[in-house]
Amino acid sequence: MSTQTAAAGNPSTLADIWPEPGASRIPARVYTSPEVYARELERIFYGRHWSYVGLAAEVPEPGSFKRTSIGERSVIMIRNRRGEINVLENRCAHRAMRFCKEKFGKAKTLVCPYHQWNYSHDGKLLGVPFQRGVKGNGGMPEDFRLEDHGLPRLKVATRNGVVFASFAQDVEPLEDYIGPAVLAYFDRTFDGRELVVQGYSRQRIPGNWKLMMENIKDPYHPGLLHTWFVTFGLWRADNRSRLIMDERGRHACMISQRSETIDPDVTKGVTSYRRNMTLHDTSLLDIVVEPWWNGPTVCMTTIFPSVILQQQVNSLSTRQIIPAGPDSFDFVWTHFGFADDTPDMAARRMHQANLFGPGGLVSADDGEVIELSQDGFRQDQAFSTLCELGGTAVENTEHMVTETLIRGMYRYWREVMDL
Amino acid sequence: MIAVHTDRLADLVALYAEYAACIDEERFDDWPGFFTEDCVYRVVPRENHEAGYPLATISLKGTAGLRDRVYGMTSTLFHAPYYQRHIVSLPRIVGNEEGAIRVEANYLVLRTKRDEPSEVFNTGRYIDRVVETGGGLRFREKLCVFDSELIPNSLIYPI
Repeated sequence: MSTQTAAAGNPSTLADIWPEPGASRIPARVYTSPEVYARELERIFYGRHWSYVGLAAEVPEPGSFKRTSIGERSVIMIRNRRGEINVLENRCAHRAMRFCKEKFGKAKTLVCPYHQWNYSHDGKLLGVPFQRGVKGNGGMPEDFRLEDHGLPRLKVATRNGVVFASFAQDVEPLEDYIGPAVLAYFDRTFDGRELVVQGYSRQRIPGNWKLMMENIKDPYHPGLLHTWFVTFGLWRADNRSRLIMDERGRHACMISQRSETIDPDVTKGVTSYRRNMTLHDTSLLDIVVEPWWNGPTVCMTTIFPSVILQQQVNSLSTRQIIPAGPDSFDFVWTHFGFADDTPDMAARRMHQANLFGPGGLVSADDGEVIELSQDGFRQDQAFSTLCELGGTAVENTEHMVTETLIRGMYRYWREVMDL
Repeated sequence: MIAVHTDRLADLVALYAEYAACIDEERFDDWPGFFTEDCVYRVVPRENHEAGYPLATISLKGTAGLRDRVYGMTSTLFHAPYYQRHIVSLPRIVGNEEGAIRVEANYLVLRTKRDEPSEVFNTGRYIDRVVETGGGLRFREKLCVFDSELIPNSLIYPI
């Protein structure tokens, strides 16, 4: 990637990206420009923001590690002997080798194979071969100090089993970052119960990473695009709903409760609604209310910039966004349950997972529409999206007929990007 | 090596060839007919399969589940249209159990989207249990365990 060079060489091209005020008309170049993307990596992914790296349950024992990415930088989440979780940059201090290639594993120490530089679970350089030379010849200079050449160690915060990291050591505390309103819903799912990983889905979506955040800040589309949601009342405009944001508008929750009855107004003219649709295998809708829901059957949380937390009836997942250039991102789903789930509940979560992921009956098409939006931005760089359902304001609402959460994200985005 | 009658091998070769042709020719209503009523059909990332995680990309129970998937992919799921082309290796018989033959075969699925060159879409291994029924050989269980680390956007049609 040469995006950083591009940004440095062309600062003037950024100034006219978004001339109009407000956050309701988003210019195409916000999704296509390499210069914008380079600044996003610097200010958002590598700046004073918290990024999701995983679940503590993924690294159960000392030495257990998971490799993932923040922005385009590869990082290793690893548990040390004291049980603490570190996040280290996967880049040897010697010759920059991105040396860890396994996605998961267990290691006594981290060793770069090139010259066997050897690091502890805390990222400290433990030793380098031939530091003192061989038979009086060569070796490292007198002033070479191991402690100057560790792996970069990120700031880490773990809340109830969910691990976040930041390249900025001076980032605000995670709880302040998320803010009390969204944190309350975060804690509703992650209340300290032991989590159990049920597996992964990985897809590469050829669209700008922000489009996925928008998709989960857009309560307008699920009852229109997704037949299964509208027909079975899992997400429909007549459901009792709330949309909330943190004070800065960057994170959000879409909260809703499944309707037992149906308001004819919300299905009139909606071609995706199928009145007579029935399932041959009705177990897909074998929904069991869990006490911790306290009502809502769905809560979709976006923690800017890198993760979506999903509760859709009994199906739970984290969905991590890993950008790969302005026009592509990897989308990694980690499905999980709780250690005290009955075998029936664990199986139910897995069966309902058929609705989600790259093959999911209500999620496969989200990736498809994102790809087509990106195609549209590419073909008409002068275009701006219309994001004015419910007006132009950024506000919490008690209904879902609004695009206010998307406007909230772009109001914040403009601030942090200085655009 | 498992001793197998050449007639049985010929039947299996025909089963896999007909299965691939059915999907590639988009005769999706015929697809559940390759399975027993109580079948299991799963498309599973290799990492989940090897780590013992239960999550699948698609996990269907019985021909009822298969028919719901057919309805979903032909009538409710929005996606850009594409062709599939399956290249399936000769089936390899790996064992017999409880009246079922354990069969594996490698597969390669090429995807061709409108206006685009063809691309490798998904590659992996079928891990199947095949049973004799009055109407010929059927899949009692079909696992499509794929190596592909990333699904190129979405996976709509059966593998």
